[in-house]
Amino acid sequence: MKPRTSPQRRNLTQRFGFIFLRLVAIVAVLPIIAIMIYIIYKGAPAISWEFITGFPSDGMRSGGIWPAIVGTFFLTLLCALIVAPLGIGAAVYLAEYAPDNRWTQLIRIAIINLAGIPSVVYGLFGLGLFVIFLNFGISILAGSLTLAIMTLPVIITTTEEALRAVPQAFRVVSISVGATQWQTVRRIVLPQALPGILTGVILGLERAAGETAPILFTAAVFFLPRLPSSAMDPTMALPYHLYVISTQVPGMSSEIQYGTALVLLIFVLGMNLIATVIRSRARARRQW
Amino acid sequence: MKTKNKIITEHLVLQYSDGTESLKDISLNIPENSISVLFGPAGGGKSTYLRVLNRLNDLANVTKVAGKVQLCSESGDCLDILDPNLDVTSLRRRVGMVFARPVVLPMSIRQNLTYGLEIAGERNRNRLNEAVERSLKQAALWEEVQDRLDDPAVDLSGGQQQRLCIARSLALEPEVLLLDEPTSGLDPISTGKVEASLQELKKSYTIILVPHSVQQAARAADYAAFFLQGELIEYAPGKKIFTNPAVQRTADYVEGRFG
Repeated sequence: MKPRTSPQRRNLTQRFGFIFLRLVAIVAVLPIIAIMIYIIYKGAPAISWEFITGFPSDGMRSGGIWPAIVGTFFLTLLCALIVAPLGIGAAVYLAEYAPDNRWTQLIRIAIINLAGIPSVVYGLFGLGLFVIFLNFGISILAGSLTLAIMTLPVIITTTEEALRAVPQAFRVVSISVGATQWQTVRRIVLPQALPGILTGVILGLERAAGETAPILFTAAVFFLPRLPSSAMDPTMALPYHLYVISTQVPGMSSEIQYGTALVLLIFVLGMNLIATVIRSRARARRQW
Repeated sequence: MKTKNKIITEHLVLQYSDGTESLKDISLNIPENSISVLFGPAGGGKSTYLRVLNRLNDLANVTKVAGKVQLCSESGDCLDILDPNLDVTSLRRRVGMVFARPVVLPMSIRQNLTYGLEIAGERNRNRLNEAVERSLKQAALWEEVQDRLDDPAVDLSGGQQQRLCIARSLALEPEVLLLDEPTSGLDPISTGKVEASLQELKKSYTIILVPHSVQQAARAADYAAFFLQGELIEYAPGKKIFTNPAVQRTADYVEGRFG
């Protein structure tokens, strides 16, 4: 068959095609770069030792954000301790043990739908269940539990994917040399899936760390003169603090607002960086 | 000398839920310390039969199993393989399996070999090291890997990986070794090494081999069973079946007229 267009013509089409795709890619990353540059540009002047380690003063208009950093750190940490065993356990059950029937299909549909619920609804749910019904009050515990429930579907889904990516042949071989299913999961499947699981957990927590709505009614307070001393204490938190100083405090300097945003951004991007490092190192070591 | 039967199969019937490859009334006795070859066209039930012997079919969707399959020990005690209450993990230690594609576990050469023993509870360093050396020598791989036992097993060539898989089964000192087309992915030289080691191994193990060609079947077989569409057509000493088969369909297949 004779091509209908000349080689020069096709070459040209290809060149334009590539240019177009490259432009699309640039357009996709441009907003991210723009946001980062803008936040760094506006927020960097606020960053100082005192800003990081000090308490807010003068009705938030000056001072630092240390209690908010500590609060977000502990909210995220406690959330991780709650959600990691639950999410990984559920995923191991679904990927390795659960038969494919109506019941497990229902569970899967529920998980997918859970991931689509707006975060403010989780916040209200947490208020009703943890703060009021279980009487935890406005506390780190109630906030972490709420964040954990919100993060759970993400972690279950990514962990299940990581487990399913481990070749079936490994399981068959392990079983064929006399391993039980649990030994196979613990000694072969989980170690192989671990980097993928960790990446999923960190990305889930990253979302938890940056959310305002779930902690709005469950954990966060406007101002605390001291650091929380237990999980039953309320706490300040970076995203909520940012929301407060951006909307509730008149005469607020934009420098502090953007400084706070920058710290939150570094917190979240730092977690992202850890996930990326784990993933790329695991990929380099992977033997299949 | 009368040979003792290692595996006794009586009227074995098996069906998968999806209706593929099934077994229809198989009766077959495997003598110990010999190589029994199961051959025939694809889908005939050879692999299915192998996977009955170490209950690997438990992982598949089997709708029906009936008949009697027994694994007999030196003393003459026989174990009912199809017993639903059987401890399948200890059965699988007695009946080792090597698959068509060499699947090494994502660990070092040494760990591949000690894995089965460790999950069986063996902790003694010396015994583990002995098992590593013995099994590698039996699989004719020791010379090639003795200096790099702690390297990742995937770094080995395909032929070496398959011999490692054989060694992995042998490390458990099984009584029976099942091999499902173990040389299908290997070059002729590696195939030759594997076949040669099987001839050594049959002195101490009972070997059941699904060969990847009729030629290999003829080379390796002490006994040969011809499977066709889930039926056992003929079972006889290898010399007889490949030179003077009793059934016309066996002759047709051996001489390459179909399949």
